[in-house]
Amino acid sequence: MSMLAVDVEKRLGDFSLAARFETAGGVTALFGASGAGKTTLVNMIAGLLPPDRGCIRLDDTVLFDSAARIDVPAHRRRIGYVFQEGRLFPHLSVAANLDYGRRMRGLARDGAETARIVNLLDIGHLLDRRPGKLSGGERQRVAFGRALLMRPRLLLLDEPLASLDAARKREILPYLQKLRDEAHVPMVYVSHHAGELKRIATAVVLLDAGRVAATGGLEVLDAATAELMA
Amino acid sequence: MLDLSPDEWIAIRLSLKIALVATVVALPFGIAVAWLLARKNFWGKALLDGLVHMPLVLPPVVTGYLLLISFGRRGPIGAFLADHFGIVFSFRWTGAALSCGVMGFPLLVRPIRLAIEAIDRKLEDAAATLGADRLWIFLTVTLPLAMPGLIAGMVLCFAKALGEFGATITFVSNIPGETQTISAAIYTLTQVPGGDAAAGRLVLVAIAISLAALVAAEWLARRAGTRFHGE
Repeated sequence: MSMLAVDVEKRLGDFSLAARFETAGGVTALFGASGAGKTTLVNMIAGLLPPDRGCIRLDDTVLFDSAARIDVPAHRRRIGYVFQEGRLFPHLSVAANLDYGRRMRGLARDGAETARIVNLLDIGHLLDRRPGKLSGGERQRVAFGRALLMRPRLLLLDEPLASLDAARKREILPYLQKLRDEAHVPMVYVSHHAGELKRIATAVVLLDAGRVAATGGLEVLDAATAELMA
Repeated sequence: MLDLSPDEWIAIRLSLKIALVATVVALPFGIAVAWLLARKNFWGKALLDGLVHMPLVLPPVVTGYLLLISFGRRGPIGAFLADHFGIVFSFRWTGAALSCGVMGFPLLVRPIRLAIEAIDRKLEDAAATLGADRLWIFLTVTLPLAMPGLIAGMVLCFAKALGEFGATITFVSNIPGETQTISAAIYTLTQVPGGDAAAGRLVLVAIAISLAALVAAEWLARRAGTRFHGE
């Protein structure tokens, strides 16, 4: 069972974050209003932002520990990251974008695995195109593929549907559910949309103003949204 | 058509060689300085920035003179390079390439710096999460995305090197076949009676080469641009 343990503190200007949670595989929703610190938190897990204090562990690997002065750089963490805006490399074709992580990590070419992911995400007809010629939904599907093909131990998804309209979201969600059920990679899924999370998450961490307000199953989403309505 | 004499051909070939070598050798230094200025904050950054731009504002004769006293046979750097590596600049075409490279350097650095500053650094973060260390990020993301700036900088540097006169003639003089570029040859021809026709021919050649460089740059930049937009 794959497991992520996070216990970090970070101060950024007036905002302070102190969060502690653990996950056990599946899809962990990181839920909260804008400005609750969700992106800050996933950036620290990815290694793009150093915490002021604390520690981050993935399975039995320590990724960050301020007391022991351990800070594994982002490129050696093997944590896939799907950004809100995709962040595909504009100068590379879709095929080269998908292959980027494998090349950088020096892994052997695995045609079967590539074909599996390409089929799962239905992006085979896009391989020769440049990212500039893709629709928003296509771009995010390629971003999922790119993050998966570097063979991550954990996949971070930061509002992956936020830049899409409602129709595109409906188009993408089934792919995400397939990823959850077939890719066998634990995920941390950031969103401020409870509806989206209910379709995909298996556990919930509720973040409020830089603090973990609640953890648990999907019922946390209902309680949180009920509170917002009240 | 133009009926160029052997001496004129020598000046043309020499000019192209000097400008090309100056640009190619200056490029890695230009990229390094542009990257430092675009990305790093360090003590003396303003000084480096000023130093790079110096040749743009100094009278070329002054730049040439400074090169002469530092890179000349008896200058501290010139003597060191000659004694340890056998590299001699004074009164050689290599010296002309050095002065052209120095004069073109600010024009080389500026577009590259602007291009690097314009790159979305989030793309570099994305590359890091995909397993690329800093060197690979630079080689596979930063440099390709800065390509239009690289092309613009190289063309400007090449054009400047091709037309450079003051610093070159001060540093390495005006020796036919060694340091006499098109510009220096035209200048010499205008100083002798009956040199007008030959000077006119070289002027036309200079115009043709400059235009060709501009057209080539435009074409390359467009190609680099379409690569991003996936035509």
